[in-house]
Amino acid sequence: MSARWEDLVEGTAGPAPLVVGPLTRTDFVRYQGASGDMNPIHHDETFARAAGYAAPLGVGMLPAGVLGAWAASWLGPENVRRIRVRWKEQVWPGDVLTCSGKVARRYLEGGERRVDLDLLCTRQGGGVAITGWATFVVPS
Amino acid sequence: MVDRAALGAVGAPFTLDVERGKIHELCRAVRATDPAYFTGDHPVAPPTFLTTTFFWEELMPGSNPWALVKMDQQRGMHAEQEYVFHGPPPRAGARLTCQSRITEIYEKEGRKGGTLVFAVMVTEFRDESGELVAEARLTGVETERAPETSG
Repeated sequence: MSARWEDLVEGTAGPAPLVVGPLTRTDFVRYQGASGDMNPIHHDETFARAAGYAAPLGVGMLPAGVLGAWAASWLGPENVRRIRVRWKEQVWPGDVLTCSGKVARRYLEGGERRVDLDLLCTRQGGGVAITGWATFVVPS
Repeated sequence: MVDRAALGAVGAPFTLDVERGKIHELCRAVRATDPAYFTGDHPVAPPTFLTTTFFWEELMPGSNPWALVKMDQQRGMHAEQEYVFHGPPPRAGARLTCQSRITEIYEKEGRKGGTLVFAVMVTEFRDESGELVAEARLTGVETERAPETSG
């Protein structure tokens, strides 16, 4: 990995989109164990049905984490300075997610070279699960 | 139902140790495969790692003021999450002092009708010299009606 400043013009797409899934309940449980968010709505079928859902709800920070990691794999994990995600459509077991992104803006700030990214996580069929924004520095 | 009295509430400071094993575990869960996360004794944490405050808050009563917002369990949702790093993100071995506060509570009209009530909690992360190294910004929303219930 080493994205070059010269190549990061506005509108440039990142590397190959990351496709994840079909998501399983095990994926949710693994994420919840790792993050410490043990809300049963994301893994306990009985609890989720009692709350009126057909299945456990996808845990939102899982695709957010995948999206952030995908962006960091492009521009370097040490270089991230900001990531912001907004949840749109709910994610469910069986979903196949695609993470992608592009350069929204390239600029200098405080003597550093920076890029802002627009990030997107879509569900199978094209529905938007997450829109995101990130800022990375681009070291010389 | 969101309690506006929660605005300005401040949690007790708590400690978060950035651990190599925890980094490995979260990376596995979010399909993060960059060697930077797995190399050396002090690998860098992935971008959303600070979500693991869940573990550390539990050790410090009163550290998470979000409960005071009293967002409805059925109609409340995580709307947005942001992490800002004032330099490189933390590495394994860092000990961070964290403190959360409720910074905003406001209303908006929803596109499908009905009032949406938003609440924002900001958590500050300081290193051992007291320098602000990162901030997390959680936005929750409470709808007037229950959200859609099928995929």
